[in-house]
Amino acid sequence: MQIKVVLPTAFTRHTDGRKQIDSTAANLPALLLEFDQTFPGLSTQIKDEHGKLRKFINIYINDEDIRFLGGDAYVFQDGDEVMLIPSIAGGHWARPGR
Amino acid sequence: MDYSCSNYELACNECGKRYGNRPLSACPDCLAPLEVVYDLLNAKGVFTRDSIARGPASIWRYARLLPVPEGFQPDLPVGFTPLVHADRLGARIGASNLYVKNDAVCFPTLSFKDRVVSVALANARKFGFDTVGCSSTGNLANSVAAQAARLGLKACILVPADLEPAKILNTLVYGARLIRIDGNYDHVNRLSTLIADEYNWGFVNVNLRPYYAEGSKTVGYEIAEQLGWRLPDSVVVPMAGGSLIRKIRKAFNELIFLGLVRKPARPTRFFGAQATGCSPISVAVREGTEDIVPQRPNTIARSLAIGNPADGPAAAKMILQDGGWAQDVSDVEIVSGIQELAETEGIFTETAGGVTTAVTARLYADGRIARDETTVVCITGNGLKTTDALADRYDLGEAIRPRLADFDACLRSLDGETEPELVAAGES
Repeated sequence: MQIKVVLPTAFTRHTDGRKQIDSTAANLPALLLEFDQTFPGLSTQIKDEHGKLRKFINIYINDEDIRFLGGDAYVFQDGDEVMLIPSIAGGHWARPGR
Repeated sequence: MDYSCSNYELACNECGKRYGNRPLSACPDCLAPLEVVYDLLNAKGVFTRDSIARGPASIWRYARLLPVPEGFQPDLPVGFTPLVHADRLGARIGASNLYVKNDAVCFPTLSFKDRVVSVALANARKFGFDTVGCSSTGNLANSVAAQAARLGLKACILVPADLEPAKILNTLVYGARLIRIDGNYDHVNRLSTLIADEYNWGFVNVNLRPYYAEGSKTVGYEIAEQLGWRLPDSVVVPMAGGSLIRKIRKAFNELIFLGLVRKPARPTRFFGAQATGCSPISVAVREGTEDIVPQRPNTIARSLAIGNPADGPAAAKMILQDGGWAQDVSDVEIVSGIQELAETEGIFTETAGGVTTAVTARLYADGRIARDETTVVCITGNGLKTTDALADRYDLGEAIRPRLADFDACLRSLDGETEPELVAAGES
């Protein structure tokens, strides 16, 4: 069972520039625990001081908000695309006209 | 007149970190939305009633408190829409001091979105974007398409596939690329964030969002000025993403700080209006929380159909803090609201305005707003764009022969009368 995690540019400074990461995590809490080990900088960015996912981040499974699928209880399916997007996403440090 | 404000920059709503000016909408550190902050002290004595009165009859009279780059010269006379005393609507719903802020006639595309787009595009040009875009429930699409055409910018616009035909036509006519997405607004918005991440485009409600949202403040400035530089007791505002209601309050607070209006004894209360079929913010307010539970929209008020509102938490928090309320109404009430506003005030609004009107009636009926309060109802869009909502409401009847007797019979039938009104000449 493998899932694909897709990250916006804003997060790639913590993942060696990678926008896609493969994972075998079974659910969202397991995925976040995995980040603690593999990308601690990313973990710090997406979790608050209590270790909870920040309220300004949305998680999508394929095309659906994970909250419509049961949230933390949702069991990842093989081939799922998991997207992490700030709720008001957009923009990064690069200037236009690159 | 100097139309630029050089003393502004982006700041994080949560952690307060500042980011200068760049196309960026979320704090890179804590991911919270960014907001434009101003050096208001610098505007003291410059942004005055007199200086505003000398400005043009458009939102640009308030340019000193808008995030527009140095040297900016306004092109279109956007905004400065009528604020009308709504006696007849008031009489019907039990309000003795009711006003309608009528953005159904905003220039150039007949919705309040013209305000935000004009500010966003001023910044798009400054940042060097040659293509602009948006995710939209319709009104924004119209405005981006029109104003981009005017400025010679390319436009690419994403909308839910089931958008009202008039809103699609009103986008395509300006030559914009319009892409219909098989999904609801929240799907469209998510795709827009991915596009803005990959393409060097200025998405007005994504990477230009902090600047864009500031344009909404002009509704608040205009209300205060048109009331004779005083603040209303209550404001009723439709909520989709939850931005407008916050920005009107921001405008009021700036005017108080700068001494243009007196701080009222009781702060203005803000009332949010949603359709029951998409009511994540009003549900949160009702439950006394700022935690928004997203919904799958199902309402004829498509321009308010945002199930996961970006500024929802902040809007709910603000409403609860200020002693206001949020209310939602059914699709049936929305249509009645459209008709009521049209029949009493001669203002034809779209479904979102039907929501706002119906919610206003409910707020008075429930005693949440007292009869004699000065209340402003924000009508944000034009009914010509959502005529399908009324399609089955009126019976055109049979055409009659061009004869007076036929006319008289027809008139009696329309009015439900049995006695003839036709009086032969000389009998009266």
